[in-house]
Amino acid sequence: MTIHFLPALVAADEHAHAGAVAATAATGTAQWAWLMIAIPAVTAAVLLLAGRATDKWGHWLATAASWSSFAVGVAVVAQMLALPAESRRMVQHLFTWIPANQIGADAAWHFGVDVALMLDPLSLTFVMLVTFVGSLIHVYAVAYMEHDADRRRFFAYLNLFIAAMLTLVLGDSYAVLFVGWEGVGLASYLLIGFWNQVPDNAKAAKKAFVMNRVGDMGLLIAMMAMVANFGTVNIEQIGHAAAENPGSTAMLVIGLFLLVGACGKSAQFPLQAWLGDAMAGPTPVSALIHAATMVTAGVYLVVRSGPVYQASPVAATAVAVVGAITLVFGAVVGSAKDDMKKVLAASTMSQIGYMMLGAGLGPIGWAFAIFHLFTHGFFKALMFLGAGSVMHGMGDQVNIRRFGGLSAAMKLTWLTFMAGWLAILGVPPFSGFWSKDKIIEAAFAVDHFGGTPAPWAGWVFGMVAMLGAGLTAFYMSRLFFMIFHGQKRWTSEAEGAPVHPHESGVLMTAPLVILAVCAVAIGGLLSIGNVFTTWLEPAIGGVVHAEPVLPVIAIQIGTLVLVLAGAALAWKMYAASEVPTAVPAGSALTRAAREDLYQDKVNEAVFVVPGSALVRVASVGDSAAVDGVVKGVAAVSTGTGRLVAFTQNGHARTYASYVLGGVVLALAVVLGFRL
Amino acid sequence: MSLAYYLVLAVILFAIGATIVLVRRSAVISLMGVELMLNSANLAFVTFARIHGQPSGEVMAFFVMVVAAAEVVVGLALIVSIFKARNTTSLDDVNLLKN
Repeated sequence: MTIHFLPALVAADEHAHAGAVAATAATGTAQWAWLMIAIPAVTAAVLLLAGRATDKWGHWLATAASWSSFAVGVAVVAQMLALPAESRRMVQHLFTWIPANQIGADAAWHFGVDVALMLDPLSLTFVMLVTFVGSLIHVYAVAYMEHDADRRRFFAYLNLFIAAMLTLVLGDSYAVLFVGWEGVGLASYLLIGFWNQVPDNAKAAKKAFVMNRVGDMGLLIAMMAMVANFGTVNIEQIGHAAAENPGSTAMLVIGLFLLVGACGKSAQFPLQAWLGDAMAGPTPVSALIHAATMVTAGVYLVVRSGPVYQASPVAATAVAVVGAITLVFGAVVGSAKDDMKKVLAASTMSQIGYMMLGAGLGPIGWAFAIFHLFTHGFFKALMFLGAGSVMHGMGDQVNIRRFGGLSAAMKLTWLTFMAGWLAILGVPPFSGFWSKDKIIEAAFAVDHFGGTPAPWAGWVFGMVAMLGAGLTAFYMSRLFFMIFHGQKRWTSEAEGAPVHPHESGVLMTAPLVILAVCAVAIGGLLSIGNVFTTWLEPAIGGVVHAEPVLPVIAIQIGTLVLVLAGAALAWKMYAASEVPTAVPAGSALTRAAREDLYQDKVNEAVFVVPGSALVRVASVGDSAAVDGVVKGVAAVSTGTGRLVAFTQNGHARTYASYVLGGVVLALAVVLGFRL
Repeated sequence: MSLAYYLVLAVILFAIGATIVLVRRSAVISLMGVELMLNSANLAFVTFARIHGQPSGEVMAFFVMVVAAAEVVVGLALIVSIFKARNTTSLDDVNLLKN
């Protein structure tokens, strides 16, 4: 890897960034965009510092903070919509964070990190999703966490999460993005382990934290590579650099390590094992992590770094492959789980797999990856909150084998959940159809693999994506039918924990209804005249049209047939026939899927065991070699000290003799040199 | 007379003084040894001043005398105070600086 610095990157071709427009300084309302981050951050600090004093009203303050961020976001979007497309990219410089500029204006290169907000359609899409869905989750959580003694602390963390996520998407450099990136990692750790009086929950939080750190190292290394090669971590400047260095090793390295970072945060193969355990947190947390914030960050990172992937087809293909693998992986795991929330978690993994696949396909998939992320945010939040509502009514049970027939007892939850279910299945005209089908079509249109032409690639990616749709239909229908249909398998008096299913209160059902409306309509609405993709154009460029290997109508019909087949199979197995409350033995694949396809065991065998061995060796080496040397030096010093200690006997005459000896010696040396 | 005689005499005086300081136990006698060593140095100074025809050596000798006087005053005062505390002037009994 050659290290060189590009002077005056700013002056590079302004349109090099994959069709994205050049950024201008923010004006008007956009100058207040920083409030979106500041309000929830300050609120979180207030709630945490003021402590119990805010117990009575803290949750409402937090909810208000979240809605305020949304309001500011709406104002900025409104301003943006009034502008022509080519000026819909604004940068609001806030302050200089790391002033490391070289002395003098004519220095060979300069490096410095400014904290600045990038306001463009991509970041604002995320702002809308995060603040709107996040605020609804806040409202829901007010009721859901009503009986929790630490509700205030919970809301402080939620606000911290929102602030961190907004920092992540709004930062105009990878350094600022990284602050948010770590912030959501911290917030998720705090929230997953919120009920940390149970050791398992604390363990799950730790697992999420550690696995995320693995990914974060990837992002850090990518940033180091950026600085080493281009002397900047500014997203736009990296985009220019990418356009000027297509196919370079630097871009490959940056792309691959960004992918590692994305894999960690977005729970993509092989760093996905934390996601299922993360269900240990309260359900609103799951909704927030899965729908609006954390796991979507990886997709954001990849799409935001689009020019890097355009400059390195190998890295882009790696993204697509990781997405395709995770999409099937998550679907298989989801088909076997009996824990309602873990099915949804696996489903998130799988749906994010779709987005990664789309993001890896390049300009033909970016817009749809974000579109799917957007629609998914609504229906996945809806389903998680629905699951929380079911738990609320069923005494916190999560085992779907003990549900069944809830449609009568919880009408509103049932209806709203149905909307989410149809949306994720991709049944037209529900939201998911408009976004997922586009990704499948784009997958069929791939014609290269790692930069080399490959006519088979479209078939492989397309078929995987299509198969994933069928699997999604199967496991989501399985979940839906096992919860709401079939016979009642509720726990009874005899088992000591009778349940009395009932509908949740209005604070919980209102967000469900709003999200359900979005799940039904938002995909179709934003597809009319390609509103959404056109809106994204200033940020990521227009959608490049490519011809799929199959006619579009054939893909749509094929997908729909698979979806119907999956749903019908699930109906036959889990609604029409009896569902055993005890877990059946199942096939080898089922057993493997229940165990997350042995991902934990693989991690244990591949990383933990050799890692521990390495640590043991290192620790022996440390105590024997390093400590030995250190202690040896000490022993030698002590020994020498003891040897010469007798010379200090305190007698003036002895000391005088040393002086004389020294003088004689010095004299001898001087005279010796003279003569 | 040649320069060598003066210098040899100075060396002999110095050696005697040093020997006294190193060998004798009494602090008072040791001080006398120091005086002897200082005087040998003075002899060398004066000799060099004469040979080079410059007064600086003699000036230096005066300084040494002043310092020697001061040293004797301080030294004797110390010896007296040590004698008062320990009832001895033997240097071997005074080893507070040990280790």
